[in-house]
This record gives sequence, C-alpha cells and structure tokens, in this order.
Amino acid sequence: MIKKISLVAMGATLLVTAATSVYAEGSMVLDRIKERGTINMGHRESSVPFSYIGNDGKPQGYSIDLCMKFVDAIKAEIEMPDLKINLVPVTSQTRIALMANGTIDLECGSTTNNLTRQKQVDYLPTTFITGTKIASKKGSGITEIEDLEGKTVALSLGTTNEKAIKRVAEANGINIKTLMVKDHPQGWLSVETGRADAYASDDVLLYGLVSKSKNPADFQVTGRFLSFDPYGIMVPQNDSLYRRLGTATLADMMRSGEIHKIYDKWFNPGPTGINMPMSDTLRTAFEIQALPH
Amino acid sequence: MNYNWDWGVLFREPYLDWLISGFLWTISVSLAAWILAFTLGSIVGIARTVDNDWARGIATCYVETFRNIPLLVQMFLWYFVFPELLPYDAGMWVKRELPMPEFTTAVVCLGLYTASRVAEQVRAGIEAIGQGQRNAGLAIGLTPAQVYRYVLLPVSYRIIIPPLTSEFLTIFKNSSVALTIGVLETTAQARQIEEYTFQGFEAFTAATLLYIVVTSVVMLLMKLIEGRVRIPGMISLGAK
Repeated sequence: MIKKISLVAMGATLLVTAATSVYAEGSMVLDRIKERGTINMGHRESSVPFSYIGNDGKPQGYSIDLCMKFVDAIKAEIEMPDLKINLVPVTSQTRIALMANGTIDLECGSTTNNLTRQKQVDYLPTTFITGTKIASKKGSGITEIEDLEGKTVALSLGTTNEKAIKRVAEANGINIKTLMVKDHPQGWLSVETGRADAYASDDVLLYGLVSKSKNPADFQVTGRFLSFDPYGIMVPQNDSLYRRLGTATLADMMRSGEIHKIYDKWFNPGPTGINMPMSDTLRTAFEIQALPH
Repeated sequence: MNYNWDWGVLFREPYLDWLISGFLWTISVSLAAWILAFTLGSIVGIARTVDNDWARGIATCYVETFRNIPLLVQMFLWYFVFPELLPYDAGMWVKRELPMPEFTTAVVCLGLYTASRVAEQVRAGIEAIGQGQRNAGLAIGLTPAQVYRYVLLPVSYRIIIPPLTSEFLTIFKNSSVALTIGVLETTAQARQIEEYTFQGFEAFTAATLLYIVVTSVVMLLMKLIEGRVRIPGMISLGAK
C-alpha cells in the first residue's frame, strides 16, 4: 500500500517536473508557431491607418508594419527564415475569442490596452496614444463636451469612448442625448445627415473619418481628451517569453528611432492625408519604453 | 484554450442590468413588431385572395418587395435613407423629434418585413380551403365579407398556426438585427459586455439562454392555443 502511494507520488512529481521544465525552456506560442510553420496574424479591415485593407487588397498600416518587425524577430528566434504568415481578419467582436482559442498568435489593430482586458490577454508596449474627442459640423458651436448640453451625440456600441462620454457627462451634470450606432461609418453618417450633432470617438479615428468624408472642410475635431486610450499589440496571455520577444523588438525600434520613421510614414501626413505629427506624450512614451538590454 | 472563465461577470453590476434591459428591449421590439406584422399581414394576405385585381396587385407588390430585400438592408434604408427622401422639415422631424427613433424604426421595419411573410401564410391558409366552400358560402347568400368572416378565415387561421408559430419565433431572433440601428437589445448588450470585459463567451452564452427561454415560452403558448381552438375531426389541425 505504502509502495503504491509512493509510486503515485513519484509519478506525480515527475509529471509536475516535466510540465515545469517545458514552460521554463520553451514558449507555448513559439512552440506552436514552429510546429505549424506558420504564424497567424490577426488584422482589422478598416482601422485607418493602423490596420486596414489597402487598394491592393492586402492589410497594411502602422500596426501591421510594427507586427512585421515582431514576426522577423520570431523568425530569428525559432530559426525559421521561411516562416509563412497567415493573415486572419478580425473584428472587435472576434479578436478575443480568436486569441483565446489559439487561432491568432498576435493581433495588429487599434486595440486599447486596459486593465480589465488584461484579465484575458497580454499587450506589448504602447505604440500609440489617443483619447476620446468630439467631431461635429463647423459652425455648430460645439467645442467641448459642455457644449453638447441638450444635443445628440452618436456613440459606437461598446467602445471606450461611450464609457468616457457617459462618465464625464454624469460627473458634470451635462444632459446629453445619446444615439447608439454599430460602427464608425454609421456614426459618421449620423453626423453628416444631421441625425446627431456630434460623434465621439478616438481622436485619430475622427481625423481619419474627416479626411475621408466628402467635404473635409465642413467638419472639425475639437475638445480636450475625455479618456486615455493607449493602443498596444495584443498577444496571448501567460507566455512571458513570447511577450518579452515582442517587447524587446519594440524597445529596440524605440531606442533606434526606427519607430519614428514608421510613424511618419503612416501619420505625417500619411497615405490618407491624416496629418498628425507625433504628440509629445507619445514621444515621451517611446523614450520611457525604450528599455536597455 | 487560453481563456479565463468568469461567469460572475454576468451577475455583476452594471452587466446584469444590461442583460435584463436588453432582454426587455428584445421582448418589446418583437411584440410590438408582431402586432403590426400580424394585423398588416392578415390584411395583405386576404387582399391577395379577394376577387379584385387592384387589391391583389397591390398586395402582391407589397409582399414581393418586403420579402425579397434582406432585413439588414431594410433596417438601414428605413433608418438612414427614408428620412432623406422626405421634405427637409419632415425628415428633420423623423431624425430629431420622433419619440424613441431607434425603437420606432426597428418596430416599423421588422413589422413590415414580417407582415409580408405572415401575408403569404394567410393566403396559403385561405387557398388551402379551396374554391368549393367560398362558392357554397356565396350560394347561400352570404356577402363576400361574410364568407371570409364566417367560412374561410376561422378555418384558415387554424390551419396556419404551425407556420405562424415559426414566424413568431423568427421575429424574436430577427429583432437582433435592430442592434445595427442602435437598439440595445439582448445581442447588442452581449456585445457590449464583451467589449467592456472581454468575457464574450459568458455574455453570448447568457444571450443564447435568454433567446431559448423566450422562444420556449412562445412555443408553449402557441401549442396551448392550437390545442384550445382546434376543431375535432378536421384534417390538418394538428391532431394531438
């Protein structure tokens, strides 16, 4: 009897040791990438200019360029120079499910990094900083959220912007009518057709919408930041080796200044004419995140 | 699967409130749309069988138009395009003054769409009875309206209870399309919880269960009605 128990105990110890050693040496995500010979890269289809389908039908953008650098580092790490890249389109509704079930190995889009979401996924260092602002027609007299008293603002379902507008309005006792829309194009359509007086979203996305509208000169993006939205590349949770590789890649680019070049390529003025020079906050964030080896 | 399950999120504030409010919106949109669909669908369905070319033509046009455009497209057309076709002031009124614009638009759109499907079933029910009873009714001196009221409709509505049950169930499921114009019904709230907490699997499981509950209740109710109104001995009346 005692023998039996000790055998079982030994077996259990062996199992535990085996499991620990696998985790200590390898990375679950890198292992599966190596095994498959492909890396599955999640991308968005209309997050201009972060991750969107270009005229050639291929995903492109700021986040995509940064992710490609990470993929290069992965190739070197697992010594597979001919690693295939499989592009998987994701939406804000599918990105988490596809990452949790192991379909995608990284998500290159415009995803806000926040603590609630970190219960489910991990993020690489912040690569863009934005926040909620308000877009409206010129001459509407709207600049700050206070000017929306009694007016209608369109908000995209489930965004951090929706949360921000409601929180600030409640805190300051501003009476705002809200109009829920399903995505950015519909939010913008609401403002263009006069159904809503303003549309609230991340400022960079608003500039993108204005730049692509029929008469960009008729619209304005105004106000102070009503929320803090740092974007990061999303990676699966519980794989510190894999995440560290991504962090190191980005830190190298921040230190060498390469990330500034990629930023300018997409934002200053960028292929869509978005014309957003790098903010001081983002410049500082890059400096702080440029960790030494 | 690298996922942290947290069923507790469903019972945490404000997410529980969201689910409940979403569920209530689903019920309100569906029931209101069903009342519209059933009433209008009956009228159009009857119109397709009457002895009047104009009435039949108009009813047929209605059915073919509303039945053949995807519901998602209809939602968009009613919400964004319809106000633009009106004179400026009327359009602004629809956009700004209409009480609960998303809800109203969703009910009208879903109701008109489902009416076209109900109409087809009403027509099928009436045609299933055959020409004989209609002629017999007219022969004993009933007016056409009386033939419908006392001979055709009482039987045809009983015949179409099973397909009507399907339509009634479908309207609850189709009500989720209303989220595209901003009605915060069950599916929209599940998405909302997913976006806020990243606990999408839990949120959509809850939504699934809510839909199953409401459709089960509807099925039970329709079964009861079917049993209560059946005429013993009549063919095709769902013998128990």
